[in-house]
Amino acid sequence: MWRRSASFILDRQQEQNDGGPPNPESLFLSSPPPPMADSLQNPKSNISAYYQNRAAQHPVVTSDWLAQAQAAVSRNPDDDDSSGGDVRVAPTGGGKGGEKAFSVIGEFNSWRKQPDLAEAVAAIRALAAVIRASQATTMMELEIEIKKASDSLKSWDTTSISLTAGCDLFVRYVTRTSALEYEDFNSAKSRLIERAEKFGEISCKARRIIAMLSQDFIFDGCTILVHGFSRVVLEVLMTAAQNKKLFRVFCTEGRPDRTGLRLSNELAKLDVPVKLIIDSAVAYTMDEVDMVFVGADGVVESGGIINMMGTYQIALVAHSMNKPVYVAAESYKFARLYPLDQKDIGPALRPIDFGVPIPSKVEVETSARDYTPPQYLTLLFTDLGVLTPSVVSDELIQLYL
Amino acid sequence: MDPRRTARTVSDPKVRQVGFFTPPPDHAISDPPRHHDPIQSPSQSSPPVNDRSPSDSSLSPVMIPPPRHHSDALLRTALQATSPTKPFSPSTRTVMIPPENKDLRSPGRKVVYGKSPSSFSGVKASSVPASELTTVSVVNLALGISVEGKILTAEEAGGASVEVQNDRRASSKPLKEKTSKAERRALQEAQRAAKAAAKGSKASSSASKVVTSENTKPIKATKPSSQKNDGSQVAASDKKGGDRAPEKDRKKDAPHPRMQYDDTSRVEKAKKRAVVKQTEARNRVELFRHLPQYEHGTQLPDLETKFFELDPMHPALYKVGLQYLSGDIYGGNARCIAMLQAFKEAIKDYSTPPEKTLIRDLTARISSYVSFLIECRPLSISMGNAIKFLKSRIAKLPLALSESEAKTTLMLDIDRFINEKIILADKVIVEHAVTKISDGDVLLTYGASSAVEMILLHAHELGKEFRVVVVDSHPKLEGQLLLRRLVRKGLSCTYTHVNAVSYIMHEVTRVFLGASSVLSNGTVYSRVGTACVAMVAHAFRVPVLVCCEAYKFHERVQLDSICSNELGNPDAISKVHGREEINYLDGLVNCENLQLLNLIYDATPSDYVSMVITDYGMVPPTSVPVIVREYRREHLWS
Repeated sequence: MWRRSASFILDRQQEQNDGGPPNPESLFLSSPPPPMADSLQNPKSNISAYYQNRAAQHPVVTSDWLAQAQAAVSRNPDDDDSSGGDVRVAPTGGGKGGEKAFSVIGEFNSWRKQPDLAEAVAAIRALAAVIRASQATTMMELEIEIKKASDSLKSWDTTSISLTAGCDLFVRYVTRTSALEYEDFNSAKSRLIERAEKFGEISCKARRIIAMLSQDFIFDGCTILVHGFSRVVLEVLMTAAQNKKLFRVFCTEGRPDRTGLRLSNELAKLDVPVKLIIDSAVAYTMDEVDMVFVGADGVVESGGIINMMGTYQIALVAHSMNKPVYVAAESYKFARLYPLDQKDIGPALRPIDFGVPIPSKVEVETSARDYTPPQYLTLLFTDLGVLTPSVVSDELIQLYL
Repeated sequence: MDPRRTARTVSDPKVRQVGFFTPPPDHAISDPPRHHDPIQSPSQSSPPVNDRSPSDSSLSPVMIPPPRHHSDALLRTALQATSPTKPFSPSTRTVMIPPENKDLRSPGRKVVYGKSPSSFSGVKASSVPASELTTVSVVNLALGISVEGKILTAEEAGGASVEVQNDRRASSKPLKEKTSKAERRALQEAQRAAKAAAKGSKASSSASKVVTSENTKPIKATKPSSQKNDGSQVAASDKKGGDRAPEKDRKKDAPHPRMQYDDTSRVEKAKKRAVVKQTEARNRVELFRHLPQYEHGTQLPDLETKFFELDPMHPALYKVGLQYLSGDIYGGNARCIAMLQAFKEAIKDYSTPPEKTLIRDLTARISSYVSFLIECRPLSISMGNAIKFLKSRIAKLPLALSESEAKTTLMLDIDRFINEKIILADKVIVEHAVTKISDGDVLLTYGASSAVEMILLHAHELGKEFRVVVVDSHPKLEGQLLLRRLVRKGLSCTYTHVNAVSYIMHEVTRVFLGASSVLSNGTVYSRVGTACVAMVAHAFRVPVLVCCEAYKFHERVQLDSICSNELGNPDAISKVHGREEINYLDGLVNCENLQLLNLIYDATPSDYVSMVITDYGMVPPTSVPVIVREYRREHLWS
């Protein structure tokens, strides 16, 4: 919102002066103590003493960071299954819509336990299980049952775009077959199950297809900047490495949950040269970068993407330096949403650990994701093909209308 | 369910074959791979791919795309393989042109021209040694052209050429006499040429005649070949002839909706037929000479006296026309609904004259009504679409239907169009748009759009806390009417003129605009000034939402506001109402070197539009052609 004057800054200063003593951090920042002696005999001469010193002044940050990095590296991929590693912190505890709904969510959760299985695919499998277990005797009943199940799934986690989109697509895809109209119920039901299974299978394969499609765009000697941890992007890079492509990868750190560390760990296992950069070093490294690869939590109707916090600024920097921004996203992430700006997407919050106690007066932006408008994206790699952002809406219109 | 839907659901969206995309897994094993390329086999058998994700191990039929140059090379070799005449022809390049053309075209027309390749090669074989090189090249080029002409007519069923002819016919009568004579001559010559080509002996002489005929009348020469030929072509031309009659009627009756008014002969002809005698403006703006520019307000009393004399015109339409003329009805939806209601009245009172069929006669009747309406005020795109809808409904009427049944069907269709495409569509748009209004928003709108008004009122009813900025401009000051209605309902409003838009845009969070039409490239065609507002909003990074019913979409593409537009009354901008002391232009209106330009519409480039809200949901402006493609057929011609 536009503010007419900057007077609110003055007001705030007033408040601070009136209040108690300034908090220790700000004091710390304003008058840094003299550099410690041991930093002078720094064994690694290529690391700036000044920044090392600053790091030493805030030992909380660095040591904590390193410890968490270690934890992230050693962590099993199973226990953090979120796509893009982000949104799942604020699941609304709904999902008590009758016994059917309960079983759907149980089913969904059991599928979700599987590593490498995207949330949307888990939802699709769970919905297929609903059809199989259904006691309905008419088509209408069955349809209502599917609808109910998908609604309860959607309300289970309203912040997950791919879950919502996957459920919608499933209902769309499974129930809208012309063949249903002239068959008896049992064969129609078996046909539905067949379609549901096919749909699940296709969704499963989506990642492989995307990896194959994007191989044309990775050339020898290129430098790729990736942000956060996306299983699709990892698959793309893995496939490229297996195809003996020579490239190097810059991983952002991916604060606050350090998903970039995990990705860099995975890539290091593949002997891909990886450099880890902090989130704020994106513009600094962009000169060397040939392309930006990001995943997506959701692809919206405008062709833009909703993804982990920081994607927008990376896309902006890349756009201003004329570097291509590629998005790898399965088509079950296409959602009928149309955000106009950042505030227009539903909030998905997560706690952020700054390592130091934050005074209660300080507000913390805890949103987990941002919206990148389509004009900053170059291409989207989906299992429907390599699309320009404007084609997303075309596909969505064809899928939903 | 309609056919489009079912077709789509059967062709399943997720398994669409993309490029080199894998065959389904059960086929993948049995079927041989489509591309025989060396990279594919390692990818299928490479152990790391399969080992890494055991769940995917059975799902690796995706093939690595073949390198682009590889396929190119393949294509090239294929081309070389399939051009059998190459070794046959002499070494000059000019001689080689026809056979290559032929090769490229051949799959489409092989049935029609079964024997022509041999005849052509015969021509070449004999003619090359006979005459010198330059003439040979000319001959072959000419033959190439004639071949192409034939192919064109054969393939496109005379679409292009017949259309050209229709245009001619409509444009001027004496010309038409001449063309038919020329046609006959061209026909003879072409026949002779064909015969000669078949013989292959006198090729050069007859072909040179073809050359002359080609040079003088390139369009006509293509025509006879379509007539003289066999099977499919005869059928095609018959079909064309079938609907030529009403087409001709229409052409005679109605001036083209986008007639070029700088074409004096056409304007004269149109004037002769016109009911409304408009006097042309004296100093027409040079750049806009192709648009009708009339003196406004002079012909109304004259027309009112004519009310009872006009035999062919239905009174309801006459009334609507006059209302357009006087400006009593304005706004895309209102004009469209008024026109459709008038058509309904006319259809209700219609009875088929003896010895005529309802379909033909009613179409002609509607066309004459439309031409009258155009004379009163140029059609809006929405009206054009509605007329197209009505005519297609008339044309689609089953012949077996009795007159009264046909009439009720049509009237129901009109009602359905008004209800579904305009009234319901607006409701859906409102439902979508209010989701984009949140508490604390400042909404800006320009002019007076009925859809935007409904959105604002509905959002207010829902209890959302927002402020409205109504931006207005001379000469119409429509915004005041909107403002009046909004203020009455208790919305907090700000009113300003477009001059201040850059100032007010600071505090705005959303811009809602109406549109007269949205064109295929996403260009929004709307009240003049809209582009300016959208541009300022874009510069301030305020999202611009355009509300437009899908029936106003048009497949045309327009890049500027000049080539198609409407000119309003120049007096409206030269005078300031209510302020007599501002009379600087009083003696100057008829001055030679003063041109007053009062544009009605302008074109907003799609870059400035964040979103188009239609009855199919919220889409980016780039998806307008998608909706046109997917739904126009369904709604207008199905």
